[in-house]
Amino acid sequence: MSEENNRILKISILRFDPNDPEDFPHMQTFEVEEADGMTLFIALNEIREHHDNSLKFDFVCRAGICGSCSMLVNGTPTLACKTLTSKLGVNISLAPLPLFELIGDLSIYTGKWMRYLNQHLETWIHNKEKELNVDKLEERMEPELADEIYELERCIECGCCVAGCGTIQMRQEFVGAVGLNKIARYHLDPRDMRSDEEFYKLIGNEDGVFGCMTLLGCEDVCPKSLPLQTKIAYLRRMMIKTSMK
Amino acid sequence: MKIIYTDSLIIGGGLAGLRVATGVKERGHDVIVLTLVPPKRSHSAAAQGGMQASLANSKMGEGDNEDVHFSDTIKGSDWGADQEVARMFTHCAPKAIRELAQWGVPWTRVQRGDRQSVINAKKVTITERDEAHGLITARDFGGTKKWRTCYTSDGTGHSMLYAMDNKAHEDKIEMHERLEAISLIHENGRCYGAVARNLMNGELVAYVSKATTIATGGYGRIYSVSTNAVICQGIGQAIALETGVATLGNMEAIQFHPTAIVPVGILTTEGCRGDGGLLLDKDGYRFMPDYEPEKKELASRDVVSRRMTEHIRKGKGVKSRYGDHLWLDITILGRAHIEKNLREVKEICENFLGIDPAVDWIPVRPTQHYSMGGIRTKFTGESQTLKGLYSCGEAACWDMHGFNRLGGNSVSETVVAGMLVGEYISDYLDSDDSDIKINTAVVEEALKTEADKLEALLKKENGEDAYILRRRMEEIMMEKVGIFRNGDDLQDAVNELSELLKRSENIEVFRSKSKAANPALVNAYRTQKMLKVALCVAYGALLRKESRGAHSREDYLERDDENWLKRTITSWESKEQVLPTVSYEDIDISKMEIPPGFRGYGKDLTNTHPDSQERQKIVDDITEKLEAKGASRFDIQNALMPFIDKLPKKYQGINERLGENV
Repeated sequence: MSEENNRILKISILRFDPNDPEDFPHMQTFEVEEADGMTLFIALNEIREHHDNSLKFDFVCRAGICGSCSMLVNGTPTLACKTLTSKLGVNISLAPLPLFELIGDLSIYTGKWMRYLNQHLETWIHNKEKELNVDKLEERMEPELADEIYELERCIECGCCVAGCGTIQMRQEFVGAVGLNKIARYHLDPRDMRSDEEFYKLIGNEDGVFGCMTLLGCEDVCPKSLPLQTKIAYLRRMMIKTSMK
Repeated sequence: MKIIYTDSLIIGGGLAGLRVATGVKERGHDVIVLTLVPPKRSHSAAAQGGMQASLANSKMGEGDNEDVHFSDTIKGSDWGADQEVARMFTHCAPKAIRELAQWGVPWTRVQRGDRQSVINAKKVTITERDEAHGLITARDFGGTKKWRTCYTSDGTGHSMLYAMDNKAHEDKIEMHERLEAISLIHENGRCYGAVARNLMNGELVAYVSKATTIATGGYGRIYSVSTNAVICQGIGQAIALETGVATLGNMEAIQFHPTAIVPVGILTTEGCRGDGGLLLDKDGYRFMPDYEPEKKELASRDVVSRRMTEHIRKGKGVKSRYGDHLWLDITILGRAHIEKNLREVKEICENFLGIDPAVDWIPVRPTQHYSMGGIRTKFTGESQTLKGLYSCGEAACWDMHGFNRLGGNSVSETVVAGMLVGEYISDYLDSDDSDIKINTAVVEEALKTEADKLEALLKKENGEDAYILRRRMEEIMMEKVGIFRNGDDLQDAVNELSELLKRSENIEVFRSKSKAANPALVNAYRTQKMLKVALCVAYGALLRKESRGAHSREDYLERDDENWLKRTITSWESKEQVLPTVSYEDIDISKMEIPPGFRGYGKDLTNTHPDSQERQKIVDDITEKLEAKGASRFDIQNALMPFIDKLPKKYQGINERLGENV
């Protein structure tokens, strides 16, 4: 789909294969002719197919809903699949998200981090005492409440908020906005029977809600525009109240 | 070499795989889930629109029940479905959705009182009942008599998948992420697990298991333009096929979704039309009522896709550098509705098209979307020919969709089938039948075979470029095995795909020789496997000389029940074959609750089966007699086609609904 006057993009990518003892981190620049509606997904696939098929990166849905393709685009954590090259200059730099285990080049293992987080914060509905009879009518829920829960559940565990977080640079065990948002989601849900005290045990410390320095990096970069700071502030107030009980 | 033993190996970490894992684990068996990506990244997350379950809570769903859902599903399938399986499914869908509600899915709820809606381009007021307030609501989808599609905004798949993965966390299910099964281990007609490759460090591991489940989703990526995630490459179907023992069913049955955006092929949910969106042509003219006066934009997906293609062929498409397209207009729904109920659609429009769907029309065209075919199973989810191998979800041909799936029935199938198959597997694991009787030497041999294949790929010089072969395959599938099919094109497709398959033996992994994380190596072996899957689709389509559901032959317009009321079964018996072995399995009319008839869309082009009428008469007689005696709908159904006994005991109960059985 070559056309006159298309821009030639210079895409510089941080390359490194941790499986190769000879390799060291370095930047490599590829030139790609821009096409109408081109996203970084399209550009990276073109590079892999035509320039260097060893280039490692992750895409799954390529539609901004699975959270696989988060990376640093010109230094900012974001989803590469929904980044249109037309919104960027000719020189584009790409690097893997920091803090997560590197698989190679732009590919990182967010899954391992998120698994630990989910297990640590027990991110599931705690309602063991309730017997489930699947034949019976479901329990009712106020429509507004269901909508509110969904608002928080829209998180896709992409890790952008973690990469954009100042606290986590100093405190590796910090659960990040992703973790705190999850607690806010379960706290809101009447199906989860955990008490405030139980939630306090999970996040009432410096690795949890009291570690946050309110730098707002998480909310700035969240690709789903989740109300992260409002929720963290709410949790903090609630946790303080709980600790004073 | 590493061997890991487990009771139950599950390949695939999407909704179906996770639901099986939970079921098996809760029955006390060990489980390991192999997953290409972290489970929450699975393609299940992409399902926006909803899950069909006949709850009948919302006003427009009133009167819905299993019978209506069943009838819609059978008609939708164009009588290709297994009716017993469809019955099992419709009976259990309400149970599955209620279970998910308990596990945390924040289903959108009924709000009592008046609300505005758009039906057939007109604003109408719907008054929801007081007694339904707070129960799970539903929206309209194509091919259904009642509003039955339950949803969470338009992130239904996301919220279901997250609830399911969180449940797996609660159950402490072992997840092996970024692991890809590349072959099945089997001996004497019995499956014993899989050889898997670690995609991060390249290590090969043999998983030896009593039961193995393939839940790897569909194979849409054999087409160049698909709504499927990039990981939906049919590798699960391919490794089953490569055993030479397991079979695939109805591989030619490929669904095209009417409204994927142009050019990238990302889906906009059927909820857009369900909620009142319209299809328009280059003149801004609403054309669907001309073709389908009754169901209009909400005829079943295969019908709408074909009508759109027909209309484009008449020159009514909008020209673009990516080919012709049509418009989807949802502006009529209003900004508030779009921002609340169709937010993903709005984001997709903004991010990928730079338009605002509350103001602008969305460029759409039909695009490959769903694979009705897959690993052929019995109603238990077990392969008919390879014992110990199970499959469910889109990966399987459990066959409740026949030749066309209704929107909202696929996410529903993932959890319902997962729920049932998990129980059948557990029964099998509880029996002595499931003992592992394979010698370690055989397992080592299976590992070595795969190691040698990978080694050969990496050593090859002056060979073929896997990308070139794969792109050509994708184009052939799109151009010649697409929405409308004909004998000449299909023959060309089969010939060329066979050539590509032969060439694929000589793939060279260019530039990148690493045994560890190596996308070039991955592309090489997957391309070899994808070509076999593509051949099953194309060859099956060439041989099926009729039009049924999504399979539409321009040279055979009739649905030919007399000759083609059967499932296509493909296998790959020897490595030397360049074409699959094809056989057929009759669909027995004498057992049908709804004998073949007219679907209710377009013109009736059916070559009727001689047994249809006879069976219809039997059905009518039984119904009439029992009705006269005042029998319940359950008794009548049971007399026509008993299925309850096939279900696990815990799922046999009657579903409660407002005003029914409460």
